Amino acid sequence: MNLKYYRAPDLIKRVLKEIHEYRQPVTFMEVCGSHTMAIGHWGLRKLLPENIRLISGPGCPVCVTPASVIDELIKLKDITIATFGDLIRVPGSDQTLEHARALGADIRTVYSPLEALELSQKRETVFVGIGFETTIPGIAYTILEAGRQNQDNFSVLPLFKLIPPALNALLIDDEVEIDGFILPGHVSAVIGTQAYDFIPQKFGIGGVVTGFEPLDIVLGIKKMIEQINKPQIINEYSRIVTTEGNMAAKATISEVFSIGNAVWRGLGEIPDSGLDIRTEYSQFDALRKYDIQITNIEGNTACRCSSVLKGKIMPFDCPLFAEICTPNNPVGPCMVSSEGSCAAYYKYEK
Amino acid sequence: MKNDIITLGYGSGAALTRQLIREVFVSKFRLPTLDDAACIDNHLTVTTDAYVVNPLFFPGGDIGKLSITGTVNDLSMNGSVPAYLVASFILEEGFSINLLKRIVDSMQKTAEEAGVQIIAGDTKVVEKGKCDGVYITTTGIGFLPEGIDLNVKNIKAGDRIVVNGSLGDHAVAIINARQKLGLDPAPISDCAPLREVIEILLNTTKLRFARDATRGGVATILNEIYEDTGLGVILDETSLPIKDSTTVLCGLLGLDPLYLANEGKLVAVVSEANDDMLIQLKAHRYGQDSAIIGEVTKDVNGVYLRTALGSLRPLLMLASDPLPRIC
Ligand code: SF4
Repeated sequence: MNLKYYRAPDLIKRVLKEIHEYRQPVTFMEVCGSHTMAIGHWGLRKLLPENIRLISGPGCPVCVTPASVIDELIKLKDITIATFGDLIRVPGSDQTLEHARALGADIRTVYSPLEALELSQKRETVFVGIGFETTIPGIAYTILEAGRQNQDNFSVLPLFKLIPPALNALLIDDEVEIDGFILPGHVSAVIGTQAYDFIPQKFGIGGVVTGFEPLDIVLGIKKMIEQINKPQIINEYSRIVTTEGNMAAKATISEVFSIGNAVWRGLGEIPDSGLDIRTEYSQFDALRKYDIQITNIEGNTACRCSSVLKGKIMPFDCPLFAEICTPNNPVGPCMVSSEGSCAAYYKYEK
Repeated sequence: MKNDIITLGYGSGAALTRQLIREVFVSKFRLPTLDDAACIDNHLTVTTDAYVVNPLFFPGGDIGKLSITGTVNDLSMNGSVPAYLVASFILEEGFSINLLKRIVDSMQKTAEEAGVQIIAGDTKVVEKGKCDGVYITTTGIGFLPEGIDLNVKNIKAGDRIVVNGSLGDHAVAIINARQKLGLDPAPISDCAPLREVIEILLNTTKLRFARDATRGGVATILNEIYEDTGLGVILDETSLPIKDSTTVLCGLLGLDPLYLANEGKLVAVVSEANDDMLIQLKAHRYGQDSAIIGEVTKDVNGVYLRTALGSLRPLLMLASDPLPRIC
C-alpha cells in the first residue's frame, strides 16, 4: 500500500473542502474503535464542519465484553489464561486480570491464538476468544489446529461478537439517531459489503466501508454525504474488501462455530450476534470444560459505557470522564482499550 | 497506590513508574533529583540499571550489548564521559554456559567501543523458573568535564528538539522477535552507545538537556520536560524520522512510535539548531537520520503534535506500556 498517497495532506484537504460545502446537519456513527482512534489520531473531528457529527459505536471488542468475564477468568485457578493485551486492565467486579497476575495467577498476553496453543503444550491453557469477524478466523483455525494436534490441554472461551446483528439492534432502538454508518474495514474484509445490505433495505440509511488512513476516512465521509438521499452500502475500501468477503475465512468460521446469542456489555443480549463452538469441537470449549456462565453484570454502575457504546452520549457527557475515570484509573472498559471511545476522547480530544 | 501491589505497569517507564519512584523511593531516600544518573561533587557521575530483556538475542543486539549501552548512555546524557562499569549477573539454573559466553563477549566488545572498562562484578544463581535465563545489572561511573551543566531547568521557550534518528526501532525489533511475526527483512534494534553523539551536540550548539529515549519513548521524555519546567512542546509530524516498516507495523498493531522504546536514540533540547550540528550528526554512524522534530514553547500547556493536516493532537503521558490492539 502506498502510505504516502493515503496520508497526502493536499489530497485530504481537497476532500475536506468539498465536505465543508455540505450544510445539512447529519450524524454518522463510526462503528469500529480503530476508526475512532484514527479519527482522533489525525485530528479529523476538528477539521470537519460543525454540521457533521461523528459519534462512536460499539466496535471495540474489549468494551463490549461483560465484566462477569473478568470475574470468571480470575476464578480459574491453576490454569494459564492467554489473552490479548487490553483485556488485562479491564476492571471486573473488584479486580483486573493485571492484579490477579501480580497476586500469582498465570495470565499471559499473547499476540496470536497460536501462541496460546503453544503454551498449552506445557500447561492447561484457556485462550480468551474476544473479537469481531476480523479475529475470529484465526481463532477458528487455531481450534482446528488443536484438533489436529490432539491437544487436550487447550480450550477457547468463546466471547465472539458479530457486527451486523449489533447494528440491527442499534437501529431498532428508538433513542438512537444515526444518518449513516462508517463501516469497519477489517471486519468487512472477512464478511464482505453484502452483509450490510439490510441497513438501507430495512432502515433506509446508508453506509460506507472504509479503511483507516486519513484519506480513506475523509473519502468515506464525502461518499456518505453524496448518498444520503439514495441510501446504499458503498465500498470505499475496495483494495481490501469485496462484496462477498473472504470465502475461505468464512468457511473456517462456520466449520468450527455456529451462530448463537451473545451478551454485549452495555447492549445486553443480542440474538444471533455471537458464535458457539460446535459440538464436534466441544472439547475445546472452555464454557463447557469449566462450566462458566457469562452474565450481564455491568461492573461500576456509575459508568455510562452503555450509552457511549450506543452513541447516545459522548464520552465527555459521562460525569466520571477525566475526573474519576482516566486511563491511569479506568472505571469502565471504554477508558481502557486502545480502541475504546472514552480512551480515544481522553487521549485526543479532551 | 492502586491495590497496593506491584503490577507490570510499574516497570513501564511511563506515568506509573514515575509515581512509584516519587511515592516510594524519593520520599524515603530524600533523593535530590529524579534523574537516571547522579553527580557527586560536580565531577563524579554514577548510575545503575537492570536488564531483563526477552528474547536475550535479537537482531541488532543482545542483553549483553544492551547492558553496556543502556548504562553508558545514562552516564552520557548529563555530559559525562563514561569510564568504568560494574556488572552483576543473576543466572537461572540450567542456563547454557555457551550462551553466557556469547553474552559476555558482546559486553566486552561493546564496552571497548564505548571506551569503558568493566572492573568488578557479582554472580548469583537462582533456581530454575526464578528468572528468565539471565538478568544483568550494570553500574556505571563517569566523569563530568568542567563547565558542563545539562539540567532540565536550563530549557527555555524557543529551544529546539533534536533526535539522532528513526524512532521505535528497538521496540519493533523486539516485538517482531518475541512474537515471531516473521517480518522480512527483520527490523533491527538501534542499540548503540551515544557518547559521541552528545559530544557533537556539545561542540556544535548550546546543548541544554538530553535524555536517551528508552522505555516510554520520545513522548514520555517530552511530557517529563513539561512536568519539570511547565514549558509546552509542539512536535512537527512531517519531520519525525520513522521508518516505513515501523509505521506499517504500528498501524497494524495500533501502536504509536512516539511511545516506543529506543536503545540508541536521544532527545536533545538545544538553543539553536544550526546546519553545522545537523551535518556533523548525519555524518556519524549513530546519527544518520537526525532531525529537528519540534520546539519548546509557551503557546501550549502540554505536549502536542502538529499533524500533517495542521491540527494539534495532544501527546499525553501514558499510564503504562502501550498495548497492541485486537482488531
Ligand atoms: S468515562 Fe469511564 S466511567 Fe464514563 S463511560 Fe467512559 S469508561 Fe465508563
